[in-house]
Amino acid sequence: MSLTPQDIARIANLARLELQPEESERMLTQINGFFGIVEAMQAVDTTGIEPMAHPVAAIQDITLRLRPDVASEPNQRDLNQRSAPAVEQGLFLVPKVIE
Amino acid sequence: MSRTMTTLHNMTVAELAQALRAKQVSAVEVATSFLARLGGNPHNAFLDIDSEVTLAQAQASDARLAAGTAGRLEGVPVAHKDVFVTRDFVTTAGSKILTGYRSPFDATLVQKLGASASGGAGMVSLGKLNCDEFAMGSANENSAFGKVTNPWDTARVPGGSSGGSAAAVAARLVPAATGTDTGGSIRQPASFCGITGIKPTYGRASRYGMIAYASSLDQGGPMARSAEDCALLLSAMCGPDLDRDSTSLDVPAEDFTASLNGSIEGLRIGIPKEFFGEGLHADVRAAVDSALREFEKLGAKLVPISLPRTELSIPVYYIIAPAEASSNLSRFDGVKFGHRAKDYTDLVDMYKKTRAEGFGNEVKRRIMTGAYVLSHGYYDAYYLQAQKIRRMIADDFQNAFKECDVIAGPVAPSVAWKLGENAGDPVADYLADIFTLPASLAGLPGMSVPAGFGANGMQGSETEIGKPLPVGLQLIGNYFKEAQLLNAAHRLQQATDFHLRQPEGLQ
Repeated sequence: MSLTPQDIARIANLARLELQPEESERMLTQINGFFGIVEAMQAVDTTGIEPMAHPVAAIQDITLRLRPDVASEPNQRDLNQRSAPAVEQGLFLVPKVIE
Repeated sequence: MSRTMTTLHNMTVAELAQALRAKQVSAVEVATSFLARLGGNPHNAFLDIDSEVTLAQAQASDARLAAGTAGRLEGVPVAHKDVFVTRDFVTTAGSKILTGYRSPFDATLVQKLGASASGGAGMVSLGKLNCDEFAMGSANENSAFGKVTNPWDTARVPGGSSGGSAAAVAARLVPAATGTDTGGSIRQPASFCGITGIKPTYGRASRYGMIAYASSLDQGGPMARSAEDCALLLSAMCGPDLDRDSTSLDVPAEDFTASLNGSIEGLRIGIPKEFFGEGLHADVRAAVDSALREFEKLGAKLVPISLPRTELSIPVYYIIAPAEASSNLSRFDGVKFGHRAKDYTDLVDMYKKTRAEGFGNEVKRRIMTGAYVLSHGYYDAYYLQAQKIRRMIADDFQNAFKECDVIAGPVAPSVAWKLGENAGDPVADYLADIFTLPASLAGLPGMSVPAGFGANGMQGSETEIGKPLPVGLQLIGNYFKEAQLLNAAHRLQQATDFHLRQPEGLQ
């Protein structure tokens, strides 16, 4: 299978990436080049195989922990905001979302 | 005070720790001596240096050395790959989108190696090391802040993505460094730069504060000049971090130096036939073969094994890692930190322009690939299928470990290639990852140990007088068998001197 220019435009929108026309074109060629080596995967019979998310699950049961939903970190507002692009009175500034 | 400043950079971590503890040299003297070597940023290895921060840490180390409260590696310099967040140094992950970013906290591994007052080993940080953007790359040519060059031949790549770490250690700019390995990013640059590096079992060293690329694969580890030095750092780095990393395993820290000198008589070394096929360059094969003969002399037995899905590791990895990356990198949107585009029409346009400007080509390609394989209609065929084959690959290793104790082979099919050689052909870089990807997908510990030198220019090239280029031997262990790998590597290093060689002309 091959991706089309429409696929590239659709994914770029999903991924929130603005691509210039020549960038989209190069991306299409390179991603299709990559999917050339992905085809080998399709021939593998994986009937009855469980997908693996944590690799150590190969030898033991792994349950990913959830921590209690309580604040564990101290308030570091200033440190957290020192690398923000736009801040005013301790608030992050963004463009107007609701007209 | 008996040591001259010029010899400090040739000392190992173990030797420096000893000299500092014996008060033959102070932490400030050591730090000053290393900082002097960083002028002009050799090999473009560093992304942030701040001598005030470093010297303040060194003074604190000297105080603890004087007070008798020193950590095990008190005062020994280290530097961190720029994917580890740090309070006191800028952290960019090699990306323009994080230009100037200062984290409010230190990554767990930075803390564990750092100030002993906070329970760390007491190492003094020289700064942050260049890497491929968000650790995506095999040559360190994808950093937004410029390529890193290989100290053995500056016309060649240092490997990646921990290329700055490998180059800095090889050039004696720092005795040891941290790296991260997602698909080979510790082992392959260690191989290309002739140093030693180990990636522990996935989940043994905390990922807290390691900027996420592919969360089910990313694992931090040390890079240094010897297995002994790696063991010293790794002992400080491992251990559970259950409250902060949900994938961290409840496996206790271990002193990996304890068994370094054990005999390897009778050790069964598995040789996967798939690692020695057509794609392997003859010079790499020759170096690997001679290292294997050394192991035989030390009493180890070579056992033929098979890892039948080695080639499939490439598509499986390059589906899973981008899928996870597309999700992890959605946080870079220009709102709370980092770069934001100047001109935009609305919020979505701000996201799109910010990300278009902030990310480099390889990162964009992986985000796109990942978003595609996770999108409706493709998820089962690609992402889920890749995760199933991933389990089969992990099972192949468990079958192999019935026949052997450790697995050995090349780290990469070739020595370091020339800068720009694979430009515009990302798949060429992907294919070169073939021997490191299987252990990454299985989450197994793996290391690279200097095993000799390749032919560089002597094969078929008329014009080039080859500089020696290092070849790394890869050792892969079963889960939690880091000590066994380090033991085998240390015994090899006692029988060979490849890890002691240094690039020509190094002062």
